[in-house]
Amino acid sequence: MLIQFTNKGIYCKQAGVYIDPWMPVDKAIITHAHSDHARVGSKTYLAHNDSASILKYRLGDISLQTLAYHETADINGVKISLHPAGHIIGSAQVRLEYKGEIWVVSGDYKVKTDEYTIPFEPVKCQHFITESTFGLPIYDFPESYTVNKSLNDWVKKNAFEGFNSVIIGYALGKAQRILTALETDLPVLLHSTIYNTNQALGFDNSRYMKFTPDFKKEQLNPGIVLATATALGSPWMKRFEPYKLGICSGWMQLRGARRRRNADMGFVMSDHADWQGLNQAVKATGAENVYVTHGYKSVFSKWLREELKLNSTEVETLFEGEGIENETTEVNPEESPNS
Amino acid sequence: MKAFTELYAALDQTTKTNAKISAMAEYFSTAEPIDSIWAIALLTGRRPKRPINTNYLKTWANDLAGIPFWLFEESYAVVGDLAETISLLIPTTQKISSVSLNKIMNEVLTIYNKTESEKKEWLLSYWEVLSKDELFVFNKLITGSFRVGASQQLVFKALAKTHKLDEKLIAHKLMGSWLPQETKLKNLLFDGNNSFDHSRPYPFYLAYQLDVPFDDLGDINDWQIERKYDGIRGQIIIRNNEIHIWSRGEDLMTEKFPEFNSLKNSIPNGTVIDGEILPFKDGKIMSFNEMQKRIGRKNVSKKILNDVPLCMMCYDLLELNGEDLRNEPMKIRREKLEKLIERYPTDYLKLSPLQYCNSWDQLDEIRKLSKTEGCEGVMLKQKNSVYETGRRRGKWWKWKVDPLTVDAVLIYAQAGHGRRANLYTDYTFAVKDGDMLLPFTKAYSGLTDKELAEVDSWIKRNTVEKFGPVRSVKPELVFEIAFEGINASTRHKSGVAVRFPRILRWRKDKHKDEINTKDDLLQLLKAI
Repeated sequence: MLIQFTNKGIYCKQAGVYIDPWMPVDKAIITHAHSDHARVGSKTYLAHNDSASILKYRLGDISLQTLAYHETADINGVKISLHPAGHIIGSAQVRLEYKGEIWVVSGDYKVKTDEYTIPFEPVKCQHFITESTFGLPIYDFPESYTVNKSLNDWVKKNAFEGFNSVIIGYALGKAQRILTALETDLPVLLHSTIYNTNQALGFDNSRYMKFTPDFKKEQLNPGIVLATATALGSPWMKRFEPYKLGICSGWMQLRGARRRRNADMGFVMSDHADWQGLNQAVKATGAENVYVTHGYKSVFSKWLREELKLNSTEVETLFEGEGIENETTEVNPEESPNS
Repeated sequence: MKAFTELYAALDQTTKTNAKISAMAEYFSTAEPIDSIWAIALLTGRRPKRPINTNYLKTWANDLAGIPFWLFEESYAVVGDLAETISLLIPTTQKISSVSLNKIMNEVLTIYNKTESEKKEWLLSYWEVLSKDELFVFNKLITGSFRVGASQQLVFKALAKTHKLDEKLIAHKLMGSWLPQETKLKNLLFDGNNSFDHSRPYPFYLAYQLDVPFDDLGDINDWQIERKYDGIRGQIIIRNNEIHIWSRGEDLMTEKFPEFNSLKNSIPNGTVIDGEILPFKDGKIMSFNEMQKRIGRKNVSKKILNDVPLCMMCYDLLELNGEDLRNEPMKIRREKLEKLIERYPTDYLKLSPLQYCNSWDQLDEIRKLSKTEGCEGVMLKQKNSVYETGRRRGKWWKWKVDPLTVDAVLIYAQAGHGRRANLYTDYTFAVKDGDMLLPFTKAYSGLTDKELAEVDSWIKRNTVEKFGPVRSVKPELVFEIAFEGINASTRHKSGVAVRFPRILRWRKDKHKDEINTKDDLLQLLKAI
């Protein structure tokens, strides 16, 4: 077998590379820059061109080689190439081929398109490693234009009624999607983590204000605040009152998840594949062997075995999928981040 | 149905009472009266019984979803709510339906006795046309699990706002056993002479737990002090030579208490007494458990009537000679109550004895003795207080004895439902029994949302075994569990059953070796 699952991560012995290792290794290939996939301490990194700036912003001065999508690197006879995963900017599925054996490590992915991310491309293979964050049929996500419309309608209604709209989403990926989706002349204030992430990505910040401690309410009056989940329930939010709270996440599909966080509105906006997406992706690879990682892995692999008649097994990893509260790289909004 | 669904969503999305009131007022002012009456009924908890067996619902939904049944069950376990699971799994239309709430609810009432295939046909006809959001609310109604995040008092406020009526009046008019299918909104809110008028109770006045300093209460002599009994708060209503007994939960319980039946012959018409229904034998109050057992029975046998006889400990007189006394001061109502009971003596009505004390310290002494008297604390009622509606602060206070507490360790966890779906929030706790851990109670509430999230994440990382939806966890987290009472029990392995258990606090400072033992529980049992 070309790929092994080890306690450091997904390992290709022939090439001597780990994909998204959770411990320091010599050679790491990174599918995308979220913190549960891109960790510090490895000697060298390989990732997509578009991940370069954000990886350096998050991991510091690392030794990094980059590839374009579909460009091939040969490491000890293993042909390695990256293919769009549709998850966030620079996210890639890693294709590895050696002596006719082809594996695809998909990292996190989504099949539905959005206005900001390069869309997912299915890659034929025999062995496919898939996530299962939303691996239940209850997760049937709306198209992004539908969500965007309700987001814009909500912001407009809030402003009309004199409320600020506080929107919660990941700093990397989701925030840029939200900003791209917003159609508004209202002032937009960014949580400093998001502002800095934009800057690292080269995402145009000129239209937005960055939060600083000398922020005055009148700067919004009313407007939009985009923040990360660390702000939820923190006193930092008080200064935006009166406001309505909207959370953008696939988990918002469930009423319980919405209510638990006292969100006024949950927007089902995810960068992961929903149930249909996972099935579509698996089928499109033509793979007979499917390894299911983080999420509802036992359910999804049982489904693949029993209904799709594939060889499917569950694989333990330290990937976390989409969290609402667990965005580990975020800093306290009260502090001014400088990294 | 569309407007009602929007109202449901509006109530669901906000925790602010003013927003809830305006959402309801908006609905009431635009909806057709025949829909409004149903909305009022549903919002005040008058939901019809579940018309269709849950297993049928699951099977039909599963067929429509086209997935294997185990996957349906997995999904249900994650969502934690059948109505929502179904609305997420079955294919829905983008069309906009125009079915009215009134039409749906009236059909629900006729569906109980239909055959399985008729029920299915009826149900599918709605599943096909309703939008996803409507479908969810519809399913909530069909599964009998319709609940809404607005208290009755908020519904009264919204109606008062819409119809420019007094809130107290609305509260009164909406009490009792009116049926939405037989009641016209106009009659309910504005006219008298409804067929149920003579059985209608007054809204109960409820007290909050005392949480202000004694200095704020003023002179102790301005307060009427009684014991707080541990029974069923109820109203006995005698009008038109009939008796009706209502519990505070607005259940008509007349038939559960046949011993009170004779009162309709001895007590004059136009009398309403507020009090506590208690099991009382040989001059002593029996444990609440005994009464609970009796109430659980379908038929009240002669034997049980003998074994667990009931009485009402009378607190207040709300109506006399057909006259509403609620705006009289407490002192006057009490005098009239005393006279009434003196004039018509019966074993079934006892006067709640007044407690006399000269200082707050003395009152505290009386309070502390409550348990030995079979009571759960004391009540403070200002002598000049009128009889209000609902739970209010200021003029009435309850001051309960401190709960019993033990430190116990978390051993099992199960995911909650609704707001707590997919979050491990239902816990089983154990005390020490030698080297073993002995489960003794479950508790669901008492932690903040933040603590719940923390414990949930700990549980997911420290699961030892999974038994279906239940996980056993490493016995490490210690909690202080409070409860109101403890009784010997043969049904529980621990030998005791506790009443109203809840988590008082998370004892992060305590190690699992420091928790209480089975012997400690048995000591508590003896002490009471």
